[in-house]
Amino acid sequence: MSTRLATGGRLLNKGKPLQFTFNGKRLRGFEGDTLASALLANDQVLVGRSFKYHRPRGIVASGAEEPNGLVNLGEDGTFEPNQRVTTTELFEGLSAESQNHWPSLEFDVGAINTKLSRFLPAGFYYKMFIHPRPLWKHVYEPFIRQSAGLGRAPKVPDADTYEHFHFFCDVMVIGGGVAGLQAAKAAAVTGAKVLLVEQTAQWGGRAPVDGGTVDGKPVDNFVDEMIADLEAMPNVTLRKRLMGAGVYDHGYVLGYEQLRDHAPESSGPRHRLWRVRAGHVVTAAGAIERPLSFAGNDIPGVMLASAMRDYVVNYGVSAGDRTVVVTNNDDAYLTAFALENAGLRVPVILDARVLATDSPAMAEAKALGIRVMMGHGIAKVQGGKRVTGVGICSQAGEGAVLEEVACDAVAMSGGWSPVVHLWSHCGGKLVWDEAQAHFRPDVDKAPTGAAGEAFVSPAGAAAGDLRLAAVLGSADQAGKAAAEAVGFKHTRAKAPVGETPEEAPMMPVWLMPQGAGAALRSKAWLDYQNDVKVSDVQLAAQEGFESVEHAKRYTTLGMATDQGKLSNINGLATLAGALGSNIPDVGTTTFRPPYTPISMGAIAGEARGAVFQPIRRTPMHDWHDANGAEWEPVGQWRRPYAYVREGESTHDAVMRETKNARENLGLLDASTLGKLIVKGPDAGRFLDMLYTNMMSTLKPGKCRYGLMCSENGFLIDDGVVARIDADTFLCHTTTGGAERIHQHMEEWLQTEWWDWKVWVANVTEQYAQVAVVGPNARKALEKLGGMDVSKEALGFMEWADGELAGFKVRVYRISFSGELSYEIAVDAGQGQAFWDALMVVGHDLGVMPYGTEALHILRAEKGFIMIGDETDGTVIPQDLGLDWAISKKKDDYLGKRAQARTHMTDPERWKLVGLETLSGAVLPDGAYAVGEGVNANGQRTVIGRVTSSYHSPNLGKGIAMGLVLHGPDRMGEVLEFPGTEGATFKARIVDPVFYDKHGEKANV
Amino acid sequence: MLILTCPVCGVTAEETEFHGGGEAHLTRHGPGSSDDDFEDYLFMRENPRGVHFERWRHVYGCGKWFHAARCTTTLEVFGTYPAQTTEPPKDLQKTISKKRPGWTWRDLA
Repeated sequence: MSTRLATGGRLLNKGKPLQFTFNGKRLRGFEGDTLASALLANDQVLVGRSFKYHRPRGIVASGAEEPNGLVNLGEDGTFEPNQRVTTTELFEGLSAESQNHWPSLEFDVGAINTKLSRFLPAGFYYKMFIHPRPLWKHVYEPFIRQSAGLGRAPKVPDADTYEHFHFFCDVMVIGGGVAGLQAAKAAAVTGAKVLLVEQTAQWGGRAPVDGGTVDGKPVDNFVDEMIADLEAMPNVTLRKRLMGAGVYDHGYVLGYEQLRDHAPESSGPRHRLWRVRAGHVVTAAGAIERPLSFAGNDIPGVMLASAMRDYVVNYGVSAGDRTVVVTNNDDAYLTAFALENAGLRVPVILDARVLATDSPAMAEAKALGIRVMMGHGIAKVQGGKRVTGVGICSQAGEGAVLEEVACDAVAMSGGWSPVVHLWSHCGGKLVWDEAQAHFRPDVDKAPTGAAGEAFVSPAGAAAGDLRLAAVLGSADQAGKAAAEAVGFKHTRAKAPVGETPEEAPMMPVWLMPQGAGAALRSKAWLDYQNDVKVSDVQLAAQEGFESVEHAKRYTTLGMATDQGKLSNINGLATLAGALGSNIPDVGTTTFRPPYTPISMGAIAGEARGAVFQPIRRTPMHDWHDANGAEWEPVGQWRRPYAYVREGESTHDAVMRETKNARENLGLLDASTLGKLIVKGPDAGRFLDMLYTNMMSTLKPGKCRYGLMCSENGFLIDDGVVARIDADTFLCHTTTGGAERIHQHMEEWLQTEWWDWKVWVANVTEQYAQVAVVGPNARKALEKLGGMDVSKEALGFMEWADGELAGFKVRVYRISFSGELSYEIAVDAGQGQAFWDALMVVGHDLGVMPYGTEALHILRAEKGFIMIGDETDGTVIPQDLGLDWAISKKKDDYLGKRAQARTHMTDPERWKLVGLETLSGAVLPDGAYAVGEGVNANGQRTVIGRVTSSYHSPNLGKGIAMGLVLHGPDRMGEVLEFPGTEGATFKARIVDPVFYDKHGEKANV
Repeated sequence: MLILTCPVCGVTAEETEFHGGGEAHLTRHGPGSSDDDFEDYLFMRENPRGVHFERWRHVYGCGKWFHAARCTTTLEVFGTYPAQTTEPPKDLQKTISKKRPGWTWRDLA
């Protein structure tokens, strides 16, 4: 059993016991524990179930590479799934539950999958669920969805806060082990501004556990001294619990700082996302030990040798009383020594290597009385939810069991892989190291910055230098090089000298035993979380998935939440073996940031709720709000959809507002309409290029409706242009279009016609604009008093500056409703006062404000198009019967050439018509009209679609506009529009102008 | 995230301050142009592995468009220059030749 030892545990504060729960069970740990060490101390070896077969799974690792120990952590507003037990620091009251099991962790029904594993090989889902097609939607998809995903999604909003933090430094060192410390020091003594970050809560990395000396002193003393030195330097910033998550272009680095995960009772943000710009980056992220592939290597109790050592030394936790060590290198012997030192038994060390003479480690083991078997390995681990023993075999053989040894834990080591993720994120290349059987950074092919310079240097184990002496040397060099790269002069200070016992070379072992048969290979796990075995990768190769990227996706190797940190190299080697090629030729899959998952909260930072996106308000916003406005987002603006009165439905309000604008007097807040001033000697010429119609001939004092197209011919905006004087125009754009059209104009002016003398200014927010609409509109303005607004003084499609009720105004006689209408602009600061004045004079004239829905109905009754309804980026003006607004005289305008293409002039293009339901009902917006016959997919032929559809209170029926094949030639024909749930609508094709066909109402 | 220098206002800033605008130095083909020319102008783009000329706009700065010469594989920025030109400045082309002997882009080399 796993238990807490009476002595040991260098990171523990045994004076401070902590209580926590796991699956509702109350357990005890100490301050300094991780959740993993505390679970092991309570004999909780089983921590989860695997994804596919629901196999029982125990803790394998002691750090970020842990594939099995994922739990749901916290409750309600602080609930979070998939938290790694090995990187979760224990705190008082922590509550965790295991994942992917039903009904309980100990007894799981899904575990039947493991009995069926023979029938669930790689690619099973692809092969099984493709036929017959109809079963997909109702049988397969619900099944797969139910079994997909680990953990649960949170049900309530996140109760914590998060923040972003910007930081700039000369050198950023990622990793606070001895390599990181030395690199930081070497860079900092030059005077460079240095940021040193460490993802865990401790400095020193593996060195204090693995031992050795630096300049003759124990390595932990060296670590303490280095920290003291660095903390005393004003140009160094040190942060623990801060992971270097990703390295991006030109020295941009994302850091993920966990501020309160270990201390939830403290205040402040939970996580902080560091957005760092570093002149040079040193990756000192260490190395990760590899598992060995033998049958039963996933049974709880089988652990990485280094992890087992960590638990004993750091946390005083033993994984078992009797531990078999299995290895292909000398490093794992350290685990045997640590266990023996703690008074635990190591019945045998199985070393796959055959060496001519004993390595120093072997000799020491034998001196301690530990049995060492060279050339041997594990044929099979015995046990179900717990290791009970191992069958020993010859590594060279096929797995015949020579001897059985009882044990309750297995420590395995397949060698070490440098953490190359950060190096690779931004394009650093790798090289295969034959001697150590791993990929390490190719320093000649580093990620490059803006000037083409290398901006990342690897240091220590992350560079492939695994032994303490080499670590310190390479780290010192990396730190000096980093400082030099950003312009600092380094001294000739010598690197400290590290010493550890000599080691014999490791031997690559990709399968144990090397001749293992199918039965053993199908129980030898590569990816623990996703249940990928040696046999699956071999099957993928056999089925032709030769590219490593394809094999990965087919088998899901390395696609679990640990992203292949443990399994990657073993999987590549297995694939290479199956393909009969070399590992470097097979290559690696792509490393993508973040290094380990970071919280969505940290990514969002402060951008939540009202801060997520700013809301633009018109000067009359508060009045609308106080008068029943239901809001509609239009771009970033909020516009009143309707002003709903007490006891009235929204629909009632819309109907009332629409009728009143035609019968009495309506007011619309039109301030959101874009207003662009286009000025200069070439302004007319420029607008002739921008609009489809002729603007240069417009006389000062006049207005003209214009259409704007992209160079691709499609309609992008419309609006009324007023000519202010000889070289000044004011262009109205749609509400959402002001910024976009402004930029469109700037782009053409700056990049194509840069010699034209034109300036553009966006004055949208400088003015409040009110549309005064309806038969009483003129009376209202006359009551305000001031300028002459008669038909003679200010005709339809004219504008004038003047005064009304003492307000300085610009009045446009334009109409989007078809009624007598004045759009009046005042300075934004006067908007509310002017609106109030209109409400006062309008009182006896039946004034009512109206919202965007009434605006839509009024324009639809008149057959006016709306950008975004009648247009969708594929519609040209000719489709909408707007040929009258396209100049025939102009040689050129944006979109003219495109509109001459054959498919643009095709008579088969759908054209705008009006639609009137036979029953008077409202057609569903977006409904399709069906014709005779079916298409290639067996679906009914479509011959048109509804673009706008409303109930018109003024006409007392449903009206719509739509685009229909040969529409204008089919007036009077009845079309069929299938709706949802079996409903079918019949509608007659009519003229799109439903109301006041000759425009007499507006022109009075 | 790239770092670029706006040649108009001289500010060196993060990519988030800019907006990419696709390939530089397109020749506009209007009414009267052939279908092939127009198709090329509207749709056909270089997709080089290496030296590329792009349009950028300093959208959250001075608002001006400019051009950048950049390596699409190493992300090296060879230089930026104002948009009011139909081809990259000669000295910039020379700089690129030194760093990337044998480079080509459309009919430049």
